Amino acid sequence: MKYVDEFRDPKLITKGAEEIRRLADPNRHYRLMEVCGGHTHAIYRFGLKDVLPSNIELIHGPGCPVCVLPMGRIDDALSLAMDPDVIFAAFGDMMRVPGTHGSPLEHKARGMDVRIVYSPSDAIKLAKMNPQKHVMFFAIGFETTAPSTALTLQRAKAEGIHNFSVFCNHVTIIPAIRAILDSPDMRLDGFIGPGHVSTVIGCRPYEWIAKNEHKPIVVCGFEPLDLLQSIVMILAQLQKGEAKVESQYKRVVPWEGNRAALKAMADTFQLRPYFEWRGLGFISQSALRIRDEYAEWDSEQRFHVPGIRVTDPKAAQCGEVLKGVLKPAQCKLFGKECTPENPVGALMVSSEGSCAAYYNYEHRKANLVTSLSSPA
Amino acid sequence: MNSQDEMENPPGGCHMCLAIPGKVLEIASDNPRSALVDVVGMRRRVDLGLLEDDRPVPGDWVLIHVGFAMSKISEADALDQMRTLEMLGESEAAVQEVRGYGLEDVQDKQAP
Repeated sequence: MKYVDEFRDPKLITKGAEEIRRLADPNRHYRLMEVCGGHTHAIYRFGLKDVLPSNIELIHGPGCPVCVLPMGRIDDALSLAMDPDVIFAAFGDMMRVPGTHGSPLEHKARGMDVRIVYSPSDAIKLAKMNPQKHVMFFAIGFETTAPSTALTLQRAKAEGIHNFSVFCNHVTIIPAIRAILDSPDMRLDGFIGPGHVSTVIGCRPYEWIAKNEHKPIVVCGFEPLDLLQSIVMILAQLQKGEAKVESQYKRVVPWEGNRAALKAMADTFQLRPYFEWRGLGFISQSALRIRDEYAEWDSEQRFHVPGIRVTDPKAAQCGEVLKGVLKPAQCKLFGKECTPENPVGALMVSSEGSCAAYYNYEHRKANLVTSLSSPA
Repeated sequence: MNSQDEMENPPGGCHMCLAIPGKVLEIASDNPRSALVDVVGMRRRVDLGLLEDDRPVPGDWVLIHVGFAMSKISEADALDQMRTLEMLGESEAAVQEVRGYGLEDVQDKQAP
């Protein structure tokens, strides 16, 4: 256990780990997917793999919004922002994400007006402060950030702010889970459900996973103990031959979700017929576009978007890693051509991507140990 | 960190996925959907529009995503969440995120 000092209560962790050992059938191999990138980060940071018995394998899911965004979307948005009258506004997370001709930060160095905002409502503020310019907000994220974009669109319309638009890349988690379950080379025993997405959508949208796919799913918090408890809950279901939706994160996630957030999203967004996910390909009805009623505030309806498509290099095996067929380090490019400093594939882009998390917490450490133990 | 440093060294990690707890101090007199909130020791305007069905009052704790309060939580859960951010090595990122809310108001809203 590497980070035991950081655990809130090491005794509870030990107890959780013992409970997992008790529940896990030693003759069975369990493959559980944590859907959320925040969980992937926590699992590596706390070295949870070392606490779990070897027959429990955690597969890292598609829940990092930066990682699954196709490069073509960044290229499209940056091509619109080449116009000197446009300000490109985005969360800091996007600034180093590479497009074909460089990241937003590199475009800024070449003269593009690129700004970091921490909230979509600040992008509106930016538009008010720069009435002679057009502010394009690059919206990204799952259901955790989509409601904020929705309210921002409503506000732009209500206040009649005409020099503002949203380049919408919001995606939804359920179709991605469905695509993974439909994939022929995929075999999973259960899901660790996303915490903050569920604050918005609630627990009901997962019911088909239990009912139709007969897999347990437990919505989970972000502490090591939360993760262990969720694994205990999944194993307990599997032991009894059950498949239910449960929440371990009741302290934050209401079963029904956040109705006001869902209402704002329904008012401003509709499902795209399909959308491309890096590593997973095209998934039907998996992303949000802005409704025609808000066309004036939709960068894609307001401007001509080139629709650039960039295929990932063949050698990058992001799809296989995303589906758990390969471990990050088994990809041919991992740690060589593809590193967090110079990402080739989707999962190396954000610190919550499974390859970047693996690289930062496992690979660097292993290399450090090797270099310390080998004679100079 | 001023905006120049920020552009040269943009925040790493996934800020948009952070859920940061804050305590509601006062509701804006001219806009019931806007509140002054103490978030990790800074006072910031936070949007309450996503809590229309269950409006917070001063003294309530909320969980904030990208400047919008997403859920009401108990004080104990708020403290738990702060500790979770620390454990995950994200409390610095949270401070940076909150500092950025509100653009040009950064200077005048520092908590005393």
